[in-house]
Amino acid sequence: MAFNYDNYLRVDKMPTLWCWGCGDGVILKSFIRAIDELGYNKDDMCVVSGIGCSGRFSSYIDCNTVHTTHGRTIAFATGIKLANPDKKVFCIAGDGDALAIGGNHTIHGCRRNIDLNFILINNFIYGLTNSQTSPTTPKGFWTVTMQKGNIDPTFDACKLAIAAGASFVGRESVTDPKKIEKLFIKGFQHKGFSFFDIFSNCHINLGRKNKMANAMENLDWIDSIIVSKTKFDKMSEEEREGLFPTGVLHHDENAPEYSDMYEQVRLAHQGKRKNITAADFAKKA
Amino acid sequence: MALREIISSGNELAAHAAIDAGCKFFGGYPITPSSEIMHELSDLLPEIGGTCIQMEDEIAGVACAIGASMSGVRAMTATSGPGISLKAENLGLAQIAEVPLVVVNVMRGGPSTGLPTRVSQGDVAQAKNPSHGDYKSITLCAGNLAECYTETVRAFNLADRFMQPVFVLLDETLGHMHGKAMIPAPEDTKAGIKPKKEFTGDPAEYKPYGVAQDEPAVLNPMFKGYRYHFTGLHHNDTGFPTEEIETCRKLIERLFNKVEAHQEEIDSYEEYMLDDAEFLIIAYGSVSLAAKEAIRHLRAAGIKAGLFRPITLWPSPAARIKHWTDKIQKVLCVELNMGQYRDEIQRASARLDIDGLFKVNGRALSPYEIVEKVKGM
Repeated sequence: MAFNYDNYLRVDKMPTLWCWGCGDGVILKSFIRAIDELGYNKDDMCVVSGIGCSGRFSSYIDCNTVHTTHGRTIAFATGIKLANPDKKVFCIAGDGDALAIGGNHTIHGCRRNIDLNFILINNFIYGLTNSQTSPTTPKGFWTVTMQKGNIDPTFDACKLAIAAGASFVGRESVTDPKKIEKLFIKGFQHKGFSFFDIFSNCHINLGRKNKMANAMENLDWIDSIIVSKTKFDKMSEEEREGLFPTGVLHHDENAPEYSDMYEQVRLAHQGKRKNITAADFAKKA
Repeated sequence: MALREIISSGNELAAHAAIDAGCKFFGGYPITPSSEIMHELSDLLPEIGGTCIQMEDEIAGVACAIGASMSGVRAMTATSGPGISLKAENLGLAQIAEVPLVVVNVMRGGPSTGLPTRVSQGDVAQAKNPSHGDYKSITLCAGNLAECYTETVRAFNLADRFMQPVFVLLDETLGHMHGKAMIPAPEDTKAGIKPKKEFTGDPAEYKPYGVAQDEPAVLNPMFKGYRYHFTGLHHNDTGFPTEEIETCRKLIERLFNKVEAHQEEIDSYEEYMLDDAEFLIIAYGSVSLAAKEAIRHLRAAGIKAGLFRPITLWPSPAARIKHWTDKIQKVLCVELNMGQYRDEIQRASARLDIDGLFKVNGRALSPYEIVEKVKGM
């Protein structure tokens, strides 16, 4: 029997505002299959989104949902999580949202290693606002703000997340929804900041002017820039040029998680333990 | 109500007020001259099982506090003018989504970095409309040490009653002033807390924004079975985005109506030696302390001066202002800015001859400056 998504969707909010063939719906369905697999209770979940096409993600999921300001998902989610440490909190953001206007929050969310699940829907463009250059737009691409070809260097979001301290970092693309689902299942179970860089298509506002005007062409292009981490690791520096590894790129199961550590702060202030020292951060054996 | 005597600073009193008012979350960023509020709460909040977090910037400081408040706990942030400028965007979200929050602004000299360690009342106009768009701010202004406590407590109660951010304006002088204050016992403060309205019916029937045109939204805590949606977009009674013409109009009008229709619950002011006054001085915040002393000197010299001190600055106690400006011919507005509140006094009084004594060099006003000004009127 086909999977029934309706139990997790606000069916009365359909159809979505996303374009035909948009990858956002693929990610939404992968997300739902993952939370179904994990048996999460909708009442115990909160989904926080920002601004852009991805910002509407929260509207469609039947749980506690917050559609915030541009780039600020992690900041809002940090408050929700610290006030409710036993709940599952998810952030959905686009590439402009997470890496440009919200870049600072992304860095510090990763650094704190707070137990949030952060899904970056990376379609390489400002889609909703009609094709402005984003931090992940490939060099040489047409954008409405770089009509003679983009000169802005392309951001590797996973490298940023790993360097900033996220303890689970993975990448997949909408060309393989089953892999997204598996990555979500693994990352959602991880306690710490889980960062998912999901490559998605925007054939309307990225593809149209970059010779991939239909979804399949855009997806083919995405397929051409990704390679599994296993293969990527065996490649030379030259071979890696322009490619992005997929799969679990980083997983540190022992990194101290922020809401756990804040509980230690509470205990120390309540006189129930000694002051926190560097020893509290020693890696578990 | 029995009062207790405490020796403290304005900033510390605001922090203790938050604890007694049931605040469980503080998000902030260091900024002079408000930082002592965060210092104090970083100690007090974890002790009671709450959370105090220093975020990566002012924007995140207010955002995490709004997030915590959305989830159902009393939350607060504190900052100074430059911080409000940065927080403005998310304060707008809290206005339209109707999220209660207490925002303490310990004012310093501006604009921009201004005079970081010096006193000012330059953020009075900003407090009325910090964010873009139409909404009705509630802004309280402490005029002495005790009110740093009592007005912070009142701000929490008003925020929950009207479901929106409430500003508490202190200024550098009050924030850093150490002295004796008579404040209510914590039990009395706790007894004054009214639980926020909650919907208890069938979740399928829950319409968080489906309220009367003069009432605030009824937003249940998260994670309790009422799964609804917050958004900064115009939204309908269920909280979901809409551009439907009448719904958009009614939403924004309700943000005004909910405050204006209940102004008697928000109004607060002090009248000092006004009954026989021939000179009306209008002052608020730490300036009112100098004004009171000036009035005593003036009266000793046979000049009948009195003080009207708005405690709720926004919405202004306009009817009461008009009462006194109708009655008293000579009116002087004393402020540590270029007359930001005199504009409001002119509006409320429908008089354009309100005199002003304005000081913007980062120094406090002395009573003698006010005495001299009144003598020359």
